[in-house]
Amino acid sequence: MTSIQSKPTPAVADPMVREFERRAGQTPTTEPSWVLPLRRAGFNRFSETGYPTIRDEDWRFTNIAPVAKLPFQTASLPGAESVTAEQIDTATFGTLPGPRLVFVNGYFSAALSRPSDPTAKSTIGNLAAHLEGNASVIQPLLTPSQHILDDPFACLNTAFFQDGAFIHVPAGAELKDPIHLVFIATNEAKGASIHTRNLIIAEAGSRFTVIESCISFGAQAYVANSCSNFVVREGASLEHVKFQDESPDAFHLANLHSDLGAASQYTSHSFALGGLISRNTIRSKLNGPGLECIFNGLYVTRRNQVADHHMVINHNEPNCASHEYFNGILDDESKGVFHGRILVQPEAQKTDAKQTNKNILLSNSATVDSKPQLEIYADDVKCTHGATVGQLNEESIFYLRSRGIGKETARRMLIHSFAGEITERVQCTPVREEIDRIVWNRLEESPSLSEKLATASNGTPTPEA
Amino acid sequence: MKQPILEITNLRAGVEGKEILKGLNLRISEGEVHAVMGPNGSGKSTLASILAGRDGYTITDGQIVYGGVDLVEMSPEVRAREGVFLAFQYPVEIPGVNTTYFLKAALNEVRKHNGLSELDAMEFLTLVKEKMKILHLPEDFLKRPVNAGFSGGEKKRNEIFQMAVLDPKLAILDETDSGLDIDALKVVSAGVNKLKRADNAQLVITHYQRLLDYIVPDFVHVLSNGRIVRSGGKELALELEERGYDWIVKEDLQTA
Ligand SMILES: Nc1ncnc2c1ncn2[C@@H]1O[C@H](COP(=O)(O)OP(=O)(O)OP(=O)(O)O)[C@@H](O)[C@H]1O
Ligand SMILES: [Mg+2]
Repeated sequence: MTSIQSKPTPAVADPMVREFERRAGQTPTTEPSWVLPLRRAGFNRFSETGYPTIRDEDWRFTNIAPVAKLPFQTASLPGAESVTAEQIDTATFGTLPGPRLVFVNGYFSAALSRPSDPTAKSTIGNLAAHLEGNASVIQPLLTPSQHILDDPFACLNTAFFQDGAFIHVPAGAELKDPIHLVFIATNEAKGASIHTRNLIIAEAGSRFTVIESCISFGAQAYVANSCSNFVVREGASLEHVKFQDESPDAFHLANLHSDLGAASQYTSHSFALGGLISRNTIRSKLNGPGLECIFNGLYVTRRNQVADHHMVINHNEPNCASHEYFNGILDDESKGVFHGRILVQPEAQKTDAKQTNKNILLSNSATVDSKPQLEIYADDVKCTHGATVGQLNEESIFYLRSRGIGKETARRMLIHSFAGEITERVQCTPVREEIDRIVWNRLEESPSLSEKLATASNGTPTPEA
Repeated sequence: MKQPILEITNLRAGVEGKEILKGLNLRISEGEVHAVMGPNGSGKSTLASILAGRDGYTITDGQIVYGGVDLVEMSPEVRAREGVFLAFQYPVEIPGVNTTYFLKAALNEVRKHNGLSELDAMEFLTLVKEKMKILHLPEDFLKRPVNAGFSGGEKKRNEIFQMAVLDPKLAILDETDSGLDIDALKVVSAGVNKLKRADNAQLVITHYQRLLDYIVPDFVHVLSNGRIVRSGGKELALELEERGYDWIVKEDLQTA
C-alpha cells in the first residue's frame, strides 16, 4: 500500500503534536538516545494515517470514533497513595504467589510490585528501567516493524509509551509461579490515555506463564492502549492469560504480537469482560516448523459494550498447528466482533489450522459480526473454520429437562458450560479457578440468564466450512 | 392387584397440522415390559417424545394418564421427577457440562421432588460407581462432558446408566439396541433387566427381535400409521421377524 501524504490529517490534533514535541524536547532526557527516533517513527506514521475509521478494512465492525473524539491527553503520574498494596492483594489474582509487576495509569509502581527471586537468572522488571542495560535485546523489538506500522494504535503506543513489563527468561529456565502483570487505571486517568509496552521473551526451551490483568479502580472513561511483543524461541513453552475487566466506560486497545520458533508451544488466552469498547489485535507469526499455538478467548458483554478480537495467524513454516477458539455471550445491546484471518504460505505444508467462533445472544438486541478469512497458498493443509450466532440449543435444553432439571437451571447450565469450554483451557490452575468464578458470577448477574433467550438469529454467522 | 402406570386412550397427536398418532391406545401396568415395534415412520419416536414432553407436538384428542393423573399437563422436568424416563434414540451431546455435575443435579431434583434428602458428593459417588459397574463403564466416564465425543454405543450405554441412577417408574427405551455391538447389547440388556421391579414398567421400542431375546417382553405391540394395529405376547415378535409387517397392515386395512 502506498500513501502519498499531502495534507495533514485532522485526526492528529495540535495537542497531540504539542505533547509529542514537548516530550521530545525534554532535557535531561531519561531515556537512551536511541529511543526517540523510534518514537518519532511511530508518531510520523500515525500522523499519516490518523485514527482508523470504519472505512478501514481492519476496523469495519468497530467504530472507534469515540476514542478519536477525545481530546488527546496522556495520563499523568498518579499520587503515591492512589492505590494501596491491600487493594492489589484483594483484586483479581491478587493472591497469586510469585513475581508481580504493577503499573498504575501506565506508570510502574515499585512499591506495589514484588520483584522476582534475585538469585533467578530471569529478568522480570519494568521496561523503562531496562532500556539502557538491555538495549541490544530491546531496541530491535521496539523498532516499528510492519505489524506496528499497520496498526495506528500501535504507532501511537510507540510514540507515547510510558512503561510496561520486560520479561526475559533464559534458555532452559522453568518458572514455577506465574508472573503477574497488573495494569490498573485509577480515577486520575479520567479522560486521559495510558500507553503501555510489554516485551516478553522466552528463550529456547524455557517454560513459564504470564498473567495480565487489566482492571480499573473507579468507573471512568479513559483510553488504555497497550502493545505487547511475545518472542517464543525454539522449544519454549509460554502461556499468556490476558484478563480484561476494565471500567464500563473505558476504551481498551491492545496489540498482541507473537513470534514463534520451531517446536515451541504458545497458548494465548483473552478474556474480555470490561470496557465500553475493547479491541484485541492478535497477530502471530509461526516462524519455525513443528510448533503448536492455541488462541483461546471468551467475551462476555452487556449494555452497549463492544468486544472485538481481530486475529491474524501467519503460517510460514511446515507442520505447525494453530487452533483458535472464541466464544461470546452477549446481552442487552452489546456487540461482539470476531475477525479471523489465517494465512498459509506455500512453504507451510501440513498446516493444521482450526478456527471456531461461537456466540450466544442473551437478548434480541445483541449482535455479532463474525468473519473468517482464509488465505491458503499451500496444498497439503487442514484448515477448518466455523462460526455460529444464536440461541441455546433447544435439543440440549430438552435433554436436561427430560432428566428432571428445571428449564431455568438447564439454560443456566448451558450458558455456564459455554463459558466453561473456554475457561477450561487455562492450564494454570489457580488462575483458571478464579476466572471460572468471576465469569460465573458475572453471568449470574445477568437478568437475561434465565429469561427466555433471543429467538431470532442476529448478525452474520458463517456456515461451517 | 397390579396398578396401571400408563393409560393412553384414543391419542391423536401431530406436528404442524400433520397428524402422526391417529387414535392410539396403550395400557401399561406395574411389573410389565411392553415392546413396541413397527415400520419406519409409523410414529414410535413420536409417541416416546410426547410421553417425555418434547415441545412442538399438538394433542388433538384422547388422553394420557400417568399414575392416575393427566401427564399432558406436566412439564418435561416434572414428568422426569415423577418417574418418566426416556432413553433417547439420538442422545444429545452437551460439551462443557460435566457428566457428574449433570447427573448429580438431575438425581437431586428427582429426590427433592419426592421428599428425599439430597445426596452429597460422596454419597452420590458411591451410588454412581455401583451403577457404572453394572454397565461396564470406564472410570473416566464421569469426568467427561455429557456424551461429547462418545461413540454411538457409548451414548446408548450412557442412557441406560442414567436410567440406572435415576431409577424411573416408567422407562421408555427408543431403539436403545441400534448402534450396539453384540457384547454391548448383552451388557445393556442385563442392565435394563436388573432395573426391572414389581412396581415399575418398561416400554421398549425396537425393530429387532434380537433385543427381545434379552429383554423379554410381556406384550408386543405393532404400531402402524399412528395406531396400534396388533398386540400379542412375545411370540408376536418372532412372527414379525419371519413375516414382516405387511400382513398385519393388510389385515388391519380389511377390518378397518
Ligand atoms: N417434527 C416433525 N415435523 C414433521 N414431521 C415429523 C416430525 N416428527 C416426526 N415427523 C414425521 O412423523 C412420522 C413418524 O415419525 P417417528 O419418528 O415417530 O417414526 P418412528 O416410528 O420412530 O420411525 P423410525 O423407526 O424410523 O425411528 C414420520 O413420517 C416423520 O417424518
Ligand atoms: Mg424412531
